[in-house]
Amino acid sequence: MENKIIYGVTGIFDTPDEIISAVKQVKSSGFERFDVHTPYPIHGMPKAMKLGTSPLGYFALVFGLTGAFAAFALMTYLMGYNYPLIISGKPFIPIPAFIPVTFEVTVLLASVGTVLAMLFLLFKFPNNSHPLHDTNYMKKVSSNKFGICIEAKDEKFSKMEVIEFLKKIGAKDIEVIYYDNDALNFKINIFEWKFVAFLVVSALVVSGATYIVLNKLMFAPPFNWMMGQHRIDAQVESKFFGKDNFSMRVAPAGTVARNTNQFKFSGQPELAEAKLINPLIPTEENLRKGMKKYDIYCSPCHGYHGIGDARLNGQFPNPPSLHSEKVRNWGDGHIFYVITEGQNSMPSYSSQLTNEEKWAIVLYVRALQRAMNAKEEDLK
Amino acid sequence: MSIEVLKEPSVIEGKPTFVEIDEQISAPIDKLPNIKYLIALGITSTMLLIGIICIGATFFYGIGLWGNNNPVGWAFDIINFVFWVGIGHAGTLISAILFLFRQKWRTGIARFAEGMTIFAVMTAALFPLIHVGRPWLAGYLFPYPNQHHLWVNFTSPLLWDVFAVSTYFTVSFVFWYIGLIPDFATLRDRTKSTIKKIIYSILSLGWRFSNRHWHNYEMIYLILAGFATPLVLSVHTIVSFDFAVSIMPGWHTTIFPPYFVAGAVFSGFAMVQNVLIIIRKIFNFEHIITLDTLEKMNKIMLATGTMVGYAYGMEFFIAWYSGSQFESFVFINRAFGPYAWAYWIMVSCNVVFPQLFWFRKIRRNIPIMFVIAVLVNVGMWFERFVIIVTSLAHDFMPSSWAYYKPTLVDFGILVGSFGLFFTLLLLFIKAMPVISIAEVKAVLDGAQPHHTHNGGHNGK
Repeated sequence: MENKIIYGVTGIFDTPDEIISAVKQVKSSGFERFDVHTPYPIHGMPKAMKLGTSPLGYFALVFGLTGAFAAFALMTYLMGYNYPLIISGKPFIPIPAFIPVTFEVTVLLASVGTVLAMLFLLFKFPNNSHPLHDTNYMKKVSSNKFGICIEAKDEKFSKMEVIEFLKKIGAKDIEVIYYDNDALNFKINIFEWKFVAFLVVSALVVSGATYIVLNKLMFAPPFNWMMGQHRIDAQVESKFFGKDNFSMRVAPAGTVARNTNQFKFSGQPELAEAKLINPLIPTEENLRKGMKKYDIYCSPCHGYHGIGDARLNGQFPNPPSLHSEKVRNWGDGHIFYVITEGQNSMPSYSSQLTNEEKWAIVLYVRALQRAMNAKEEDLK
Repeated sequence: MSIEVLKEPSVIEGKPTFVEIDEQISAPIDKLPNIKYLIALGITSTMLLIGIICIGATFFYGIGLWGNNNPVGWAFDIINFVFWVGIGHAGTLISAILFLFRQKWRTGIARFAEGMTIFAVMTAALFPLIHVGRPWLAGYLFPYPNQHHLWVNFTSPLLWDVFAVSTYFTVSFVFWYIGLIPDFATLRDRTKSTIKKIIYSILSLGWRFSNRHWHNYEMIYLILAGFATPLVLSVHTIVSFDFAVSIMPGWHTTIFPPYFVAGAVFSGFAMVQNVLIIIRKIFNFEHIITLDTLEKMNKIMLATGTMVGYAYGMEFFIAWYSGSQFESFVFINRAFGPYAWAYWIMVSCNVVFPQLFWFRKIRRNIPIMFVIAVLVNVGMWFERFVIIVTSLAHDFMPSSWAYYKPTLVDFGILVGSFGLFFTLLLLFIKAMPVISIAEVKAVLDGAQPHHTHNGGHNGK
């Protein structure tokens, strides 16, 4: 016991009234380094101990103003200068719209900052090695008793006198508190190999886990499903459509191009030939339009001049020439019919071409035929 | 002050001693869980599991599992979000606003209500995360320097929501923890188990009941209460901005902020009252959470319920008075359209049944008040349903109108949210003191020196 350093002397009181009068006597006897320990805050104790006003209000003010200015300045800079965004034609620095975030950040910083300042700055917490911990005194004041502790650091402190004084003012269970030598002599050795190993291992685990999460896991299933999306390329076989394995789909039967009516002469080429008359006259404009559409839709198989020289290199059967006697003798309506309905291997073009475009193609085919089979009089 | 009627009765009944308070409040923590507790935990964790399965299925198969359709893009997820944030508001109201008003009866229920706030906000925060589709990218919601050189849109109510809810959670958590520090210290000095002692020592940060500390502690409590009061009002105000700042008929109204805050307090008190009735029965806290306290909570429910009823009426008045045909259509459609069933559930549960609390006998009858509070929560959930679904289902374009039908997965996630909330609550009950030991001691009879009590209350 003798080689231990004394922290202070404690005494216990039973009621709040007793402790208040005891504190007043301690104070008037000139002790400065003392503390009162009670299980809950006692009304009037700060006054009896002559504690000034708590400084926490100023902390809250400073933290709150910092939050308010920081939030407002950040938003003004980001929205007004760093990356101005046009939002519904509103100003770049709309002050009313900044109020909610400014308010929230003010409250956040003021609350959290003041609490941290109180715990770590004013109270110097965490402090589990304080000499008062694990004493009978602490067990009592944490439950139902009221205690006074006069510290050895006080100028008027002397062990026996303080014990006598506490007895005089009615304290019970007087106890002398010593510093714990182990705790007092404890030095933190940050280079101890166990601690260093712990640091190294935790650094590796944390950085490794972060790396895996950010660079591997986020790109692994199922987290990647929006990154790579399924796609079918044109002209490529696709197992998705089991029936024919074509990736490009044929329009359903009866589909027509926009602004086109249902074809009235389906399956009746003779009737179409008899009834349909080309509404277009062979102006340059109409012929050019016909040429454009012919080159897009017809020329891959029929060739640019209608002689059946397909560019498909035999992947699709070559069609007969458009300059045969048969085709030349067809009426315009019959050619229109073949474009609309298709014939043999030729598919229908009704979903790709409007009626007007089809008639323009008919005009162009006629022009091609006449050019390839020109007569004497055409040259005049 | 000799007139008996004017004397305020003690908020704690039966004149327990300090040691008895210690023992009673720490009893649920010290004892091993009994079979009733385990059954309750089994039920809530089953509910939680249902929710986890439904959320997992949503992530795996996509949001097509929900009932959301083209005009109704916000449905159960946002309804549940608003509902749970609202539940949280009662906790802050009890711990902060009633503290500022020096309402001593709050001491018995404040800790528990604060815990409910934290768990309710956690549950609520889950829903925006699910709703955004890829919750692991939720970091994009916060402004931080990134490789895209992009910032969040600070003028969007949804961004305000992020700030409001995260601030609310943080401040509530700090408030709650500050209250717990002295109680952890009391438990530290009571416990005989070494492991518990280490845990409580760490959590109490070495609190030693010094009056030099109590002096600052009371100040920080006052400061936090002062900040939490406008904060709690701002949170549901900003939640209501999610709707009010848009131009949807039925949403674009200035009454939304006060209306939402009143509704939030209303439903929150109903939930706190429900849970407290069960807790005080199971753990024999009837003398700490007294019938008087419950009656006072019922009075607050009556007041806020009437405010909500007033808002319902005022919405109809403005719909007519504004002369906007879209506005009036929406409200007539709410009350008599395809969602009339939901509307009248809402009105009867929120406006009609709470009016029974005008009668003192009903206010003090535990089974009846329990049922009314359950109905209030049903009604408040339907209020959010009515606001969100009816407005979206019938917007400006009649060609896109559609009827919203929730799916089983929607209900599964709703059940799961209750599971999460109650599981956390049950774990809280067994892990921490659900009643503030220090605060209850301070309001016991004879806990304060007599000379400051001459002539009633004179503050501190």
